Amino acid sequence: MTRIDKNPRTGGNAVEVRGLVKHYGETKALDGVDLDVREGTVLGVLGPNGAGKTTLVRCLSTLIVPDAGHATVAGYDVVKQPRQLRRIIGLTGQYASVDEKLSGWENLYMIGRLLDLPRKTARTRADELLERFSLTEAAKRPAMNYSGGMRRRLDLAASMIGSPAVLYLDEPTTGLDPRTRNEVWDEVQRMVAEGATVLLTTQYMEEAEQLANELTVIDKGRIIANGGVDELKAKVGGRTLQIRPTDPAQLPAMVKALAEAGLDGIAGSQAVPDEGMLYVPILSDDQLTAVIGLFAGRGLSIAHIATALPSLDEVFLAITGEKTSPSVTDTIPEEVPA
Amino acid sequence: MSTATLTPDAPTGSAPAKVLHDEGRIGLRGNLRHIGALVRRNLLQIKQDPESMFDALLMPIVFTLLFVYVFGGSVGASLGGDRQTYINYVIPGLMAMMGMNIAMAVGTGVNDDFRKGVMDRFRTMPIARSSVLIAKIVVELGRMMVATVILLGMGFLIGMQLKTSVFGLLAAVGLSAAFGVAIMWIFMLLGLSLKTAQAVQGMGFLVMMPLQFGSSIFAPPTTMPGWLRSFTDYNPLSNLADAARGLMLGGPVAHSVWLTLGWAAAITLVTAPLAVSKFRKKT
Repeated sequence: MTRIDKNPRTGGNAVEVRGLVKHYGETKALDGVDLDVREGTVLGVLGPNGAGKTTLVRCLSTLIVPDAGHATVAGYDVVKQPRQLRRIIGLTGQYASVDEKLSGWENLYMIGRLLDLPRKTARTRADELLERFSLTEAAKRPAMNYSGGMRRRLDLAASMIGSPAVLYLDEPTTGLDPRTRNEVWDEVQRMVAEGATVLLTTQYMEEAEQLANELTVIDKGRIIANGGVDELKAKVGGRTLQIRPTDPAQLPAMVKALAEAGLDGIAGSQAVPDEGMLYVPILSDDQLTAVIGLFAGRGLSIAHIATALPSLDEVFLAITGEKTSPSVTDTIPEEVPA
Repeated sequence: MSTATLTPDAPTGSAPAKVLHDEGRIGLRGNLRHIGALVRRNLLQIKQDPESMFDALLMPIVFTLLFVYVFGGSVGASLGGDRQTYINYVIPGLMAMMGMNIAMAVGTGVNDDFRKGVMDRFRTMPIARSSVLIAKIVVELGRMMVATVILLGMGFLIGMQLKTSVFGLLAAVGLSAAFGVAIMWIFMLLGLSLKTAQAVQGMGFLVMMPLQFGSSIFAPPTTMPGWLRSFTDYNPLSNLADAARGLMLGGPVAHSVWLTLGWAAAITLVTAPLAVSKFRKKT
């Protein structure tokens, strides 16, 4: 594993993990994980289902005890000083949630009281956070009647009550629709702007790019890549150009044109006739311009064009040479109809 | 809102100076506050789901009617009296049984509740983990008291006599409560140990049926065969039923009261720490 650390900040590390191991029988959920989260930054931990993301968060929040290695949060050892550690962390995930039978307000008030806030302060804090997370109207309704997005916002509010120094967000937007996902992102960005240190786990490259300063890619309990978001993007080959020709019959001509032009790094273009789409991996804006120029020069007309970040599959393919799961490129037929 | 910042010079092992001597222990007042907040949670759950009170509300009525009117005549006769005699005999016994039945609900409830996400949140918060369990016991004790009041009301309604005094009655209720709490800790441990609520219930019935029926709760053990009598004599439920009966009807009580208290203390001292440790280690 290589560490890329080009912009070291002056602050210390809020989270330090060294050689963390957790086995469940034969399964190595964590197999020697090292990582740092610098104070006031967001570390994105990117990985597929079962990579060990949740196990990592559970170790760091004292829910499970690691088998080997050690980890500190704000200097507190996760195994030896769990009580102190629990005072400074906040947790939002698919599992650490709220009481469904209680209303949003009652949940926040209860958590405030458990965090030793005086009654009055706990009440004000509950009101404040409900307003901030746009839940004031639903304040008195039981949480089980909340929509998915409202539930997640309430979870976030719950983990913010104690103004935690370190916040763990375990797949905060998994299962949410795009609009709700954006709401959650906005809130996370606000928390970060206010100085929270965040460890975020996600399956989505896009989410990591939106929220994280640095990225750690994890697979099968091991860190397989590590660095700034841009560095990692460069490593995995940047974006994919999505082109829809005006006439789908021109797809083969486009592939041919690209092959003949021999642009560096875009040999892997793929035509998907079923979708009427052409996918071209590009490394830079110059290449985007070159591709368009090439098609224009040959009279190949384009109806729609867009760029997309690499998916988790593509990131993994680039880093490990292995696919995590069948991706869109697997469905491309060998013979392209003329 | 503000977010706390970390001490910049504490990148590795050393904790920030301010809390260097703070072991993170929670004082008595803090614990009481936490338990209070969690009791409130459990009460709000009942408010949200009133059906969860059905057992506490209906069980005492159904059991009283069943036992008094099905067995009352014949057992009463063998006691040298009639149904009236049996009412006086069985209500203190049912009081002992009520604690058992409510306690089983602790096991199933805990099993269900503790698989929910909110438990993980509690376990990542700076509270004693025992406070989550104690709050549950407090609320269940409240449910048990509701059931006991209904049972006694039902008893007085159909002619039960209190032959001692109100203090005797209160002592009997208190003794049942102490024993009920001990049994709740057993079921708490079961609820935390077994995989499903159904398993807890199955196991609960397996243990409870012989204990309840192989006791002096429903009928005097005088006609039972010798081997069964030696079981009923040492069955803590017999001790509790005999003690409650003595406290409400008069007669010697010291022996059975002390035995009951001994059982309650011993069971609680063994199972409560085990349950807390089980909850702490649950992953």
